[in-house]
This record gives sequence, C-alpha cells and structure tokens, in this order.
Amino acid sequence: MTEVGGDTREVAPGEADADGGSVKRDVGVALIGLMLAALLTATSFYLVGSDLVWAPSIPVALVVLAVAQMGVHLVFFLHLTSGPDNTNNVMALAFGVLIVLLLFGGSLWIMGHLNHNMMPMDRTMQMQH
Amino acid sequence: MTAAATTTDPHHIGHDGQPLAAMRKDGPASKRIVVGYGFWIFLLSDIIMFAAFFATYAVLVGATDGGPGPHDLFDIRNAGIETVLLLSSSFTCSLASIAAGVRNKLWFYLAMAATCLFGMGFLALELKESFDLVARGAGPSRSAFLSAFFTLVGCHGLHVTAGVLWLLTMMAQVFAKGFRADIQRRILCFALFWHALDIIWVALFTSVYLMGMVT
Repeated sequence: MTEVGGDTREVAPGEADADGGSVKRDVGVALIGLMLAALLTATSFYLVGSDLVWAPSIPVALVVLAVAQMGVHLVFFLHLTSGPDNTNNVMALAFGVLIVLLLFGGSLWIMGHLNHNMMPMDRTMQMQH
Repeated sequence: MTAAATTTDPHHIGHDGQPLAAMRKDGPASKRIVVGYGFWIFLLSDIIMFAAFFATYAVLVGATDGGPGPHDLFDIRNAGIETVLLLSSSFTCSLASIAAGVRNKLWFYLAMAATCLFGMGFLALELKESFDLVARGAGPSRSAFLSAFFTLVGCHGLHVTAGVLWLLTMMAQVFAKGFRADIQRRILCFALFWHALDIIWVALFTSVYLMGMVT
C-alpha cells in the first residue's frame, strides 16, 4: 500500500477497512447487514398483509422494524462505530435525530391541534354569507 | 496512561498539551476522516430536509379532497420490488467500497455496474408508478395528499438519479485516474450518499406504502 502515511487505515463511516487481508471479513460484515435488513424488510411487508399480530399494533410494529433497519444500515453499511474516530459522527447523528424528531413530531402535534380546534368547514362557509 | 495526562486533560480534548503530545502519536485527524465527517454533516442536513417532507406528507395524508387515498392508489408489490432493488444496490455499493479499498479495479467496476443497474431499475419502477398515477387522474394537482406524495417520492427519486450520475462519474474517474487518494475520498462520499438514500427509502416505504395499507 503506497498511500500516504497510513491514511486509509483509520475508519470513517462508509469506509471499508483498507487492510488487504480483511476483505473476507468486510464482505462478511456487508452480508450480515444485507441479511438483517432483508429480514426486517420482509417482516414489515409480511405484517401488513397478515393477521398474525393484533391489527391496531401493526403501525407501532412497523415503526419499530423501520428504526431497527435504519440502525442496521448505519452499523453495517455506513460503518458507524463507537470508536474514537467516530465520536464526532455519532454526536452529529444524535443532533440530527433530535432535529428530525422536533421537526416531524412538532409538525404533527401542532397541525393536529390546529385541525382539532378549527371550526368545521360548512359553518365557516355559512358565516361568510 | 500517566497520572499527569489524566489530570491535565482527562477527556483528551486538546492536542497540544505536553503530556498529551507525548501520549498520542496520531496528531490531527486524517483528511479521510475530516472529509467523511464533513459529508456526513451534509447528509444529516439532507435527512432533515426529508424530515420536513415526511412531516408535510403525514399532515396532509388525509387531505384527499374526495379523491383517491393511499389505500386506493399504492401497489405494495411494486414498493416491495423497489425495496429489494435498493437494498441489493446498497450491498453491491458496499462491495464496491471494499474493492476500492484493496484497489481491485475489476471488482470495483463490476460492483459499481451492479449498483447502477439496481438503481436504474428502481428509478424505472418509480417512474412507471408515477406515470400510472397521473394517467389514472391521480397526479400531483389532484389533492394536497397527492402533492405531498409526489414531492416526497419525487425528491427521493431525484436523489437516486443524482446518485446514479455520481456513480458513473466515479467509474470514469477510477478509469481515468486510478485509485488516487482523492478519488478514494470521493468514492467514500459516494458510498455514504448511496447508503443514506437507502435509509431514507426505509422510512419512505414504511410511512407511505405500508402505513397507507394499514390505516
């Protein structure tokens, strides 16, 4: 490896370890990721068409399976680890998740209350005449 | 670890404290780490943009204006095939990264070509679905629900299109310039981008297609 000063040795997200001997292990990691993701996806699609679980709980199950699959993708495909080289990436991810939850949850919360408190449409129409 | 190091800088924040310089030999992070971090920040901002579109969709999903709703429109088999294609492409993209890591051009080209084919298959299915919906009178101007749907899915589709173009560019760059250090960093960024798109698709098929079937 003629790369400058072990530059490729350190691990960033998405990077496969650039160590020649570890190809087998890296492919193994990707395969495990693929299997886990396929399993979670298949479960999600199966749950929707089946009556295996109590129907009102299906949305919750779908959310849990999706979050789990995102975790699988982060760990096995983006190679997000708890190692020292990845601390900044994990912190940024945590902040990103916070913003996403605020944005998504906050929008639903506010719009739900607005809809709830709004006068029904037909009465609004009557008042305009 | 010496006692002096722990009292001066217990969390290893600084790089130029005396005990630290003696203890840590690695110095500042490598360019590869910094580039990966910077691109990761961009991806997170992109994900936040998608969160806004997801919120829009979730708010407007009931606003069908008497028109067709999710239950009438979405074909879950189509979404399933799209998911398989994108997941396979994520796997072959991982293989391409590994091949680039060991500078194996043949495997890199093969894996990237497979990724490209899976990505284009995904796009073809998505386009077909969109044209079908428009032909059935369920275009983006039909209702607020459909506007939100086309915005969300179309935005993801545009990202995949950009990813396919980037993928072809990376193949050409490896062909023309080989596995130089800067090319390797670009491959790293491309891989991050492609895997992030798959993560967004997980959220998308769950909240749009599967939830549309359930509720």
